[in-house]
Amino acid sequence: MALREIASSSSPELHVLAVDDSFVDRKVIERLLKISACKVTTVESGTRALQYLGLDGDNGSSGLKDLKVNLIVTDYSMPGLTGYELLKKIKESSAFREIPVVIMSSENIQPRIEQCMIEGAEDFLLKPVKLADVKRLKELIMRGSEADEGKTKKLSPKRILQNDIDSSPSSSSTSSSSSSHDVSSLDDDIPSSKRIKLESRVND
Amino acid sequence: MNTTVVAQLQRQFQDYIVSLYQQGFLDNQFSELRKLQDEGTPDFVSEVVSLFFDDCSKLIDTMSRSLERPDNVDFKQVDSGVHQLKGSSSSVGARRVKNVCISFKECCHVQNREGCLRCLQQVDYEYKMLKTKLQDLFNLEQQILQAGGTIPQVDIN
Repeated sequence: MALREIASSSSPELHVLAVDDSFVDRKVIERLLKISACKVTTVESGTRALQYLGLDGDNGSSGLKDLKVNLIVTDYSMPGLTGYELLKKIKESSAFREIPVVIMSSENIQPRIEQCMIEGAEDFLLKPVKLADVKRLKELIMRGSEADEGKTKKLSPKRILQNDIDSSPSSSSTSSSSSSHDVSSLDDDIPSSKRIKLESRVND
Repeated sequence: MNTTVVAQLQRQFQDYIVSLYQQGFLDNQFSELRKLQDEGTPDFVSEVVSLFFDDCSKLIDTMSRSLERPDNVDFKQVDSGVHQLKGSSSSVGARRVKNVCISFKECCHVQNREGCLRCLQQVDYEYKMLKTKLQDLFNLEQQILQAGGTIPQVDIN
């Protein structure tokens, strides 16, 4: 069935989760992303972001099958959970670690930037964020997800689902790739032994 | 549509906005925001700056209270307020406000209450000044639109 239909019928837009404690900045980033043809959800804190993703203590199972987040953009300095801590939590989660996370900060502090990149951030944006930054980011994400198609190790749980498993509680419907890609085309390239290996990694 | 009137208003608008940049009230980020506005979202910029001015008012209030008693100043809290103000002023291109915040931060770091009070006063002055200027700018925009014209894109480089 099912996934080929879902992939082609779902919106080709990137769904971005933007996290920032500043109301002004949320409004600006939202507009920047919308103008770049992204679907946007904004939240005001790292804690809210985790709640949205279903990572707030529920063992990492999102339970929200329709939740597709393709990119997370977060401010670094926030009260409570910082952007860096949020980044770590996301990368620790089996369901969401594939989602690219971009950090924004008004301060150009090299060690801070390095720390974030080491922790797995996709990119680091210096505030104030401009349209050119968002455009570049979008291209990066789209290109990255196209490259993913050919890399078996970066397969998302969704593709495994399609092959062998009817439904799996740990499968999140999130995918780091844009949903405009035809997910099913990948099957043919993967020998079954690799698929099994991937399956077990996902279930860690 | 009276094209002469429209042309005059557009000229006025152009001159006014250029002067705001030249006098340092606004920086490039403001023009970045203007890029995000279109016929579908004609109030985007005024909405964002309105949020910013609300922010200013609230933060200044909070910081003022923190600085009130000379023997009991919570500089951490003041610094946090300045940081927020600096961030949002930077995001909307409110250059003078942002620059005051830079000095303000310094005063917080060295725990200079007098300095902080001066900066607070200055920040209050600057944001209110900018608010008035931008109100005039938005009024000009409205006049242009009502006269049937379009708002000029202004290249400040």
